[in-house]
Amino acid sequence: MQFFIEVLVGGLLAGVMYSMIAIGFVLIYKASGVFNFAQGAMVLLAALTFVSLIERGFPFWPALGATLVAMVLLGLAIERTVLRPLVNRPPIVLFMATLGLSFVIEGLAQTVWGSEVHGLELGIADTPLELHGVMLSKFDLFAAGTAGALVLVLALLFNKTRLGLALRAVADDPLAALSVGIDLRRVWGVVWAVAGAVALVAGLLWGARVGVQFSLSLIVLKALPVLIIGGFTSIAGAIVGGLLVGSGEKLAEVYIGPHFGGGIENWFPYVLAILFLLARPTGLFGERRVERV
Amino acid sequence: MALGDLSLSDLTAPARKSAGEGPIDGPIDEAWQARRRIPLGWMAIILLGFVAAPLLGTDYWFSAILIPFLVLSLAGLGLNVLTGYTGQLSLGSSAFMAVGAFGAYNALLRVPHLPLLAGIAVGGIAAALIGVLFGLPSLRIQGFYLIVSTLAAQFVVEWAFTKFGWFSNDNASGVISAPPLAILGHDFSDPRGRYLLTLTVVLALTVLVRNVVRSDAGRGFMAVRDMDTAAAVIGIPILRSKLSAFALSSFICGVAGALWAFAYLGTVEPHGFDLDRSFQVLFIIIIGGLGSVVGSFLGAAFIVLLPIVMDIVATRLFAGAVDPGHLENLQKLVFGGLIIFFLIKEPQGLARLCRGIGDRVRRWPLAR
Amino acid sequence: MTTPPIVLAPPAPPLLELQNISLSFRGVRALSGVSFEVAPREICALIGPNGAGKSSLLNVISGVYVPEEGELTFAGRSWTRMRPAEAARRGIARTFQNIALFRGMTVLENVMTGSHLKRRSGLFAQAVRTPRARREERQAREDAERVIEFLRIQRYRDVPVGELPYGVQKRVELGRALAAEPTLILLDEPMAGMTFDEKEEMSTFILDANAELGSTVVLIEHDMGVVMDLSDHLVVLDYGRKIADGAPDVVRNDRDVIDAYLGVTH
Repeated sequence: MQFFIEVLVGGLLAGVMYSMIAIGFVLIYKASGVFNFAQGAMVLLAALTFVSLIERGFPFWPALGATLVAMVLLGLAIERTVLRPLVNRPPIVLFMATLGLSFVIEGLAQTVWGSEVHGLELGIADTPLELHGVMLSKFDLFAAGTAGALVLVLALLFNKTRLGLALRAVADDPLAALSVGIDLRRVWGVVWAVAGAVALVAGLLWGARVGVQFSLSLIVLKALPVLIIGGFTSIAGAIVGGLLVGSGEKLAEVYIGPHFGGGIENWFPYVLAILFLLARPTGLFGERRVERV
Repeated sequence: MALGDLSLSDLTAPARKSAGEGPIDGPIDEAWQARRRIPLGWMAIILLGFVAAPLLGTDYWFSAILIPFLVLSLAGLGLNVLTGYTGQLSLGSSAFMAVGAFGAYNALLRVPHLPLLAGIAVGGIAAALIGVLFGLPSLRIQGFYLIVSTLAAQFVVEWAFTKFGWFSNDNASGVISAPPLAILGHDFSDPRGRYLLTLTVVLALTVLVRNVVRSDAGRGFMAVRDMDTAAAVIGIPILRSKLSAFALSSFICGVAGALWAFAYLGTVEPHGFDLDRSFQVLFIIIIGGLGSVVGSFLGAAFIVLLPIVMDIVATRLFAGAVDPGHLENLQKLVFGGLIIFFLIKEPQGLARLCRGIGDRVRRWPLAR
Repeated sequence: MTTPPIVLAPPAPPLLELQNISLSFRGVRALSGVSFEVAPREICALIGPNGAGKSSLLNVISGVYVPEEGELTFAGRSWTRMRPAEAARRGIARTFQNIALFRGMTVLENVMTGSHLKRRSGLFAQAVRTPRARREERQAREDAERVIEFLRIQRYRDVPVGELPYGVQKRVELGRALAAEPTLILLDEPMAGMTFDEKEEMSTFILDANAELGSTVVLIEHDMGVVMDLSDHLVVLDYGRKIADGAPDVVRNDRDVIDAYLGVTH
């Protein structure tokens, strides 16, 4: 029983990490209807920039600040050069553009930084903590705490500020938002900048956990089942989805995996997502599409 | 914007306008028959492919350019049937290619005296069955969400072929190698032979797909893509159409996979059919043109030639200043940039671009 | 001496009969207990203020919506729940309010899809072009060309429908429905957004289809002039209820109908 709880909790905490990646997607999708395949590449880029600044001797906080600025600028640049020319195109075109974008960012990152793994130290030792007889990782708890703080900040941003109101209006109905005078391009710029900042947080946490390496951009593949289960337009959904995928994955690997010879972590979340979709075709918290004929 | 709504119909290359707006009265029959026949231009190209190329081509051309071009075109054609014509987005093409390759390998290995082409067909059928299996969710799941199913296929298939040694006859790390490429006693294992084999198979399947696309079944696929409510009201069976599309598409990708393994690489392991390859096939049809038979070929040509062109440019213009490792990364960058460029400038791909140029050339004496 | 009794032929049974149809969407009542009959070969117009439930009724008849209560009888067979494909098989064809053409295909291809149910050859036969497949394809094309000629849209034959002007698209949609040679054809605002001349032409097409093909027509229309000219039978809906049913001249003078249109609460 204790073992089960340990695996479960470990999975839940891993799930929190997935959620953080997923939140970046939700933000962009909510405000501009684009599934940003390049989010993973952005996470990677954030981690790489930070790490190389640290390795050059910058202290922690200035490096963080500089990277934040860089990510925000990147977000604005993406909105301007890639998304604005494609503004009225069907969603599939935007998706494919972000696919191309992810290649550009990855190719760039690999050219500039090479492909070695970089270590990332955040000052939190990955030592175990014992709670009621269950072993927990201090680092995972820190990550969960950060995720919680992030969600709180975003919730405040969306619900208590004028900017947040504008964001929600644009997400709901861009045309109506335009008609009340909201500057769509400014809003989209802000959204991408915020997404860049979220990518930074995720990049730092993931980088500290697994090291800064190129498989980081494959994170997007883990985020997809999370988003599908939780729905693409809900931050709460991203959290719940992340928890479900994280715990489901770990539990499956431990309890079902041995029957198949192991290694089912890669595809289990996808099968889980399919099962969810069959029951709820728009995800747990997603918007149901109504077709008027 | 709902994720369920992909609006792929806005992206597909629009059907051919009859040049000069065909006869209103008169022999409709003849005009129609003329359009059905394969135009002279294509006949010439096909002739070139069967006669000129084998005579003039070098081993390098066959092995490094023509064969991968043909096989990737076939894979692109398969994906086009599913995504371009039927509107079901798929990121699992290379999983179906893998099933075709491993299926053909096992069939030829375990069934005594099975002819080569029959073995490849068996691989294709196996791929079709797996395709239908992972296509079943499409009955409930719409649009973008469907990539979850084909991605699941991608990961499950890759995992299964790596994990279970039976598929690769217990070879190390799941590697399989080409069986003897002989048909009716003639050996096709030299580069020229492999090229002719590939060309024949690709051509035959292209004709099949072309027939389907211009038939009732093809219109059914496009109806499902464009507006499935209206299609249902007409009596088009949505279920059956989607699954048929998955089956046909996966069959073609399966054959492409077998050819990739046997005629191009010689040996292949499960990771040769990874997600990157699925993306590659998707890019082929995006760049070439969704919903276009010719587009699949144009896109494949682009994908095969781009690295070679970049190589030449790098060595000629920058004379070794760029080292090969970097080259691959730069390729990725240029590739991604080109995709974005294409999507902004010509979303209907090379097929549309070429048709536009063709139209302008035809009208040239009359242009203002 | 008795004269033999005069025996009158019994009236033909209605082609379409709706009994007590009710439909709600999440608590909003779209239709309440709607019942009426449509005689074979007649043109029946469904009218009423906006939001009266007319489109919903058409969707129920063609199987797109399932009514909560009530029964439909078509050509002698009854059902409470039907699927769109089944409706098509029984000979019901329709057009949509917001044009549901297949944007990625040409006019000819769109019209050819309309007669889909007449084809028997499967995917494989069509891939290898068996004699039967080729015959059916030729027949489909001939049928489609006939419809295109009837609707006078030959010059648009090979144009992708997304590029056509609105009025022409509406005609193509009618063509697609006619290609099925339907027993019952449902038209949802076939004249919406058309000029006076276009409406005249469209009316001719509908009348001709009714006369030559023998199709029964049920149409939703807002233009009263068109409705009065075209229809044999009028059914008026308001707030999901039927408030009048009969010949055009009778209905137009009905008190309730006038009130409904003028917005008098009752």
